[in-house]
Formats: sequence, structure tokens, C-alpha cells
Amino acid sequence: MYTIQIMKVKLKNLSQLEVGQSAVIDSFTDKIMALKLLEMGCTPGEIVKLDRVAPLGDPIAISVSGYLLSLRKEEASTILVSTVKQKI
Amino acid sequence: MEPIQSLANFSERNTIKIALVGNPNSGKSTLFNALTGMNQRTGNFPGVTVDKKVGTARLSDTVIANFIDLPGTYSLYPKSLDERVAFDVLCNGDNEEHPDLVIIVADASNLKRNLFLVSQIIDLKIPVILALNMMDMVEKDGDTIDLVRLSERLGVKVVGLSARNKSGIEELKRSLLQPLPIPAYDFIDIKKIAPEIIERVKTVVKVKSDFMAFQMANNLEDTNADIRNRQSQKIADALNTLIVDKNKLQAQESVERYKKINRIVEECITRKTAVQSRSFTQQLDGILTHRIWGYVIFLSILFLIFQTIFFLAAFPMEWIETMFVTLSDWATKALPQGELTSLLVNGILAGLSGVVVFIPQIALLFAFIAILEDTGYMARVSFIMDKLLRKFGLNGRSVIPLMSGVACAVPAIMSARTISNWKERIITIMVTPLMSCSARLPVYTLLISLVIPQDKHFGFFNYQGLILMGLYLVGFLAAIGAAIVMKWILKAREKSYFIMELPVYRSPQWRTVGLTIFDKVKMFLWDAGKIIVAISIILWFLSSHAPGQRFERIEKKYEDPAYVGSLSSKTPGQVNAQIASEKLEASYAGILGKAIEPAIAPLGFDWKIGIALVTSFAAREVFVGTMATIYSVGDADNTQSIQDKMRAEINPETGLPKFSMAVGFSLLIFYAFAMQCMSTLAIVYRETKKIKWPLIQFFYMSALAYLASLLVYNLLK
Repeated sequence: MYTIQIMKVKLKNLSQLEVGQSAVIDSFTDKIMALKLLEMGCTPGEIVKLDRVAPLGDPIAISVSGYLLSLRKEEASTILVSTVKQKI
Repeated sequence: MEPIQSLANFSERNTIKIALVGNPNSGKSTLFNALTGMNQRTGNFPGVTVDKKVGTARLSDTVIANFIDLPGTYSLYPKSLDERVAFDVLCNGDNEEHPDLVIIVADASNLKRNLFLVSQIIDLKIPVILALNMMDMVEKDGDTIDLVRLSERLGVKVVGLSARNKSGIEELKRSLLQPLPIPAYDFIDIKKIAPEIIERVKTVVKVKSDFMAFQMANNLEDTNADIRNRQSQKIADALNTLIVDKNKLQAQESVERYKKINRIVEECITRKTAVQSRSFTQQLDGILTHRIWGYVIFLSILFLIFQTIFFLAAFPMEWIETMFVTLSDWATKALPQGELTSLLVNGILAGLSGVVVFIPQIALLFAFIAILEDTGYMARVSFIMDKLLRKFGLNGRSVIPLMSGVACAVPAIMSARTISNWKERIITIMVTPLMSCSARLPVYTLLISLVIPQDKHFGFFNYQGLILMGLYLVGFLAAIGAAIVMKWILKAREKSYFIMELPVYRSPQWRTVGLTIFDKVKMFLWDAGKIIVAISIILWFLSSHAPGQRFERIEKKYEDPAYVGSLSSKTPGQVNAQIASEKLEASYAGILGKAIEPAIAPLGFDWKIGIALVTSFAAREVFVGTMATIYSVGDADNTQSIQDKMRAEINPETGLPKFSMAVGFSLLIFYAFAMQCMSTLAIVYRETKKIKWPLIQFFYMSALAYLASLLVYNLLK
């Protein structure tokens, strides 16, 4: 087992993460988009990891709720996250 | 007889109606196949173009189950037509598909997100059983799920199974025989979130649960006219004066659900390792979505598909052709000469062979598409193509309609429904028919084999295969070009989005692939086949009959000793061919072809091709059947294959083969672009609900075809 130590830094949006970086979902900036994202398991408090970026720089793939979700950067930018430091 | 009907009508048996619901990629269709086997068929929900898969299975000596496989959905929110149909079937007791009980299929290896839909359906308060699929994957990861606990927490019966390995299916069937109570308790208390709405809805309609009332209220706003009824009008009136932010309420609902789901998942799953073992998918994604290899592999796969379709299919196609030639030969000799034999050989058999011969290619193509879908690769193609396609006014998801368009534009256009953005969806629908569909394949195959020698190779690759691939590429580029133009013309109505699951890679299931092939071939044989055979018979009539005494006059001319004497240098066979050709020219078909000849002559087409153009307006593949009929009318012995006959055709002006490079390519390009498919136009109308879209599509594609053909013919002439 490992422990996660969360240190809240200032909020970023999800599209600003580096590949491989994890963060905790904080809130959304677009109400309609939020509905779609919520049903796909992107809920506040959930840990997301930026898994990969498509070859042309967009869309991106994130790990969330135990699966891989792809979304455009524009969409990802409506998700505000706080970055997490993982300590194994 | 329909198996479904025959079983259901067995009066002393009990039948129950069971609906399967679940997320996309949850293995719902695999379970449906495992339950029903070959006892299934695909239809349509009345009034809407959503696929309806139904099937039957015997649960015991006395109980028969009628299954319906509802469209895959992530939630019951009113986002797409698919979801609305699923919702209506589940909630509307008057819907003729309303089930006695529901099997919710959930992917156990992706439990958290799958439980979201489960929780919503539980709150509808209808009898449900949870089929926890892919338990083998969970085991492989070394995780364990406490099914007893999960069942207690959800208040529904849970059966663990693996539809792929067919384990747990029998247990599920047994469970279906026991009386299933409605879920024991509400998953979340929706009344806390939206008390006012629920109360008001309940005053006007009778509902089974608070959540159902809440959903009905939410489904009002953009409810499609298809499903809209008097009831929703009543609800709308009841809610009229209420001012609430429905989006906010829905968001609250989702958050509440996931909160509880997180607790349940924590309680019920024991993970062996904290890190999920998705390493295989991770590694494969590293290659398949690589910025160079990703595209190289995608193009290679396309290349492989076309080479295979052309070469592997050639063998069975040759057998089928030989079989039909032998059959017509036998029929001509064994049956008495006359009108009926002529109809059978030159009308029906000629038309049938034109249909049956393409089964190998269609089967192979759909096998590839099914494999690409089933393995999860298609989603990666969307992923790596989205940014590129967006530039052209399309969407990463347009890849699926565009690629399926290679098989058939009809299901392809229907699959464009997954694109939620109106503009991107319309553009996808409008350009998809430019992708070379399998109906063009017969035309391409025939024409390519006429103008390109078979033994020519370019290194390892056969020229014919390269030309074929080139035609597919031309179609694709035309689709992109048309999309760019439409992107400029059409105005956007709402924001576009691309939120899509990238499923875990899995090995393809041969059963699913097999069933897909079976389904599509059946559809082709029946839907396209009946048109083709019918048109073949009409054509046979048109080409073997003439107005007035025209045929008699020709026959008389050849009986005249003075005229026969001038033909002494020719063999009897040549004379017969000349008679037949003159008769065809004099026939109704000849008159029709001649009438349009002036319009198509600049493209290098003569009246014979003109006849084929007219008849293949209904369906492109009719071209081959038409050519077969036209040319077999001119062949008394009917022993040559259609290719040989067309190859032997001489252009009287040049003395060279009629099907020269210029004519061949001009015709190829014409078929690549022209809108010659009534089924596609009909489906575009159904999908867009406006007559203007199929009309625009027909005219822009026809114009494109004419101009491109004109250009090609004049360049190569």
C-alpha cells in the first residue's frame, strides 16, 4: 500500500498538467460540460492523471475513476484541479 | 417463420420480456449474443432510427425469454436519441417494449463508472438484476469483488459472469426464473434535491418512483418530436411556473450518486495492487497513438484491408462466378427455348449472380470493421484523428461513420448519431456517402479488371490493388474537401465536444465478428438483393423487347439472301452477335440509353453505359447486373463471363476495345462520386428530418461526379 499526501497548491485547469502528472478535481467552469463530465466519473475529489496527449497535441487522455477518458483540451480546461504530490 | 414469433405464440408457455441495459463497452452485446445465440434479429424502434436488437432464449421447459438489447448509454440523462429511446422503454409502461425485468450489464473491471447508470436504473424502481460482466478481468488483475456485499448495498440481485468465456450465463438464466423484486431501497434520495419538481410531476402522471418523475421533467426540454406525447405536454404545463436550474439539480444528483458509489466500491473491492494493471493497454497505446507509428500503423491497416479484400476474396468469387456460368449453361441446354428460359437465365440468374458474387468481399470488409471495433482500436483512431478532422468541420467520432461508410453508408450515417454537435453531425452525414462503399466495390472490381492487366506488379503490390486503394483515397479526399466547403457554409448551433472512453484493448471475439458478418451479409442479400434482382428482371424485359415491329424487321433483314451474301466473310457466331447487338440497340433499353447518350458522351460513355447509369440510380451495384444482362442478351450461348464480354467489346470508331483506359477511369470516378443510392437518401432524410439535406446531397454529388468524369476522360483520352 502507499499513502497519498495531498498538498493543495493553487488551482490549475486540467489541460495545464504535464503528461504523467496527477491532480484532484476541484470544480468546473462550464455548467453544461460539467454534466457530461460528471456522468463520466469526473467528480470533485476524484484523482485524475494526464495519461497522454494525442500526436497532434489535442485531444488528451486522462485516467479517472479507474478508466481512460479522452477529451479535448478545450473541454479539459473547464475542469479546475489542484495538483497532488504522490509519495510512495 | 420468425423464431421469435413462433415461440412467443406457444400458448402454454410463459414468456417474459427482458431488457438489457448498460454502458458502451460493458460487454452488453456479448452477453446478448451469449444468451440468444442465432435467435436474434435487428429491427428499428417505431418512428426513430435507433437499432433494436431482439432475441429469444429458453430459460426452462416452460419459460421463454424475449430479450431486447437497448442502445449502450452512460446515463439516463436526455443527451442523445439513443438514451431517450432507452429511457422511454424503461419508464413508459405503454411502450410496447416495456420490459418485465431489466438486466443491467456492468463492467466489473471498471465498476465505479458503470455503477452510475446502475444507480439511476435502480432508482427507476423496476425489477432489475445486475449482471457483473468481465469477472475474469477482475480475477486476472488479482482483485476480488464481494458480490454478496455489493448486492446488499445496492438492494438488487447480483450475478458475476464473464460473457466472453460464457461462464456464469447459466446462473444468470436461473436467476431470471426467480421472482425479482423491485430494488429494495432508493439509491439516493432525489426528493431532497428536487422536491418541488417531483411533486408537481406526480400530480399529473402516475410514476413508479420519484426519480422517474425527476427524469421525466428533465427529458422535456429538448425532447424530440418522436417521443413527445400528450403526457410530456401535461408535465410541461405542470412545471410551467416553476423556476429552477435543472442543470444544477442534475449536477447535484450526479455528485450524490458518485459519493455513494465511491463508498460502495471501497467496501466491496479488495485490490491486490494499488496501481491498476492496465499496463498492456498503456504500452500498446504508446505505439498505436504514437505521433509517427500511430499514423503509419493506421494507414498500414487500411492498406492491408484493401489488399485482402481484393485478393483473398478473389478465390471464392471465382468459384461463385463459375458456378453461375455452369448453371446458366445447364439451364439454357436443359430447358426448352423460349421466353421463360430467357427470363430465368438472362434476367433472374444474371441478376442473382451479380448479388451473390460480392458476398466474399462484404463479409471480409465487415469482419475487419467488427475486429477494429471489438478490440478497442477504433476509439484510438478517433483519438489520433480528432484534431485533424476538426479542421475540416468534422469530429474524431466522424472516423467511425467515415470508416463504416467504406462498408455501407446507411449504417454509417446512422452511427453519426454519436456526434452530439449538430454541425459536425450534418457535415459527417453529408460527406459519408463519398466514402467508397461496398456497393461500389463490384463496380470497381469489374472495371479495374477490365482496364488494368492482372499480372502487372509494382514491386510486391499488384496494380489492381493499388488502383482500388487509390479510389478509396479519392473518395476520402473528396469527403474531406466537401467537408471543408460545408464548414464554411454551415453555421454552428452549439459547441462541439469530444468526451469519449478509450476502452481497454481486448482480443476480438470471433463470435461477435461472425454474427456481424452474418447480419450484414443477410442485410445485403435481402435489402440490396431484392432491388437488384427486381431491376434485373425489368432490364431483361427492356432489353429483350422492342416497340412495334423493330425486332421482326431486323430478323427479316438477316433472312434476305442478298444481305446475307454480303456477310459471307463472317463466321455464323459473328453474325449472331451482330444480330443480337442490333436488337439490343432497337430495344426499349437501347432507346432509353440513346436518349441520355448526348449528355454522357462527353464523359466517354455510350448508350450501353447510359442504360446502366439509369438503372443504378437505385443502387450502384446494379451496374454490374445491368452490364451482365445487357451483354448476355447479346450472347446466345451465354458461356462467357461478363468481364470477357465487356473486354471483347470494340469501339466502332477507333477499332480499339470500348473499355479503354480513359473510359474505364472516367466511369470509375463517376461511380466514386455520384449519389446513386436510394437507401442512403432515405436514411439521410430520416436522420435529418428535412428533405433539403438529401436533395443537396444528391445534387452536389452528381455535379461533382459529372465534372470529375469529364476531366478524367479528357485528360486520358
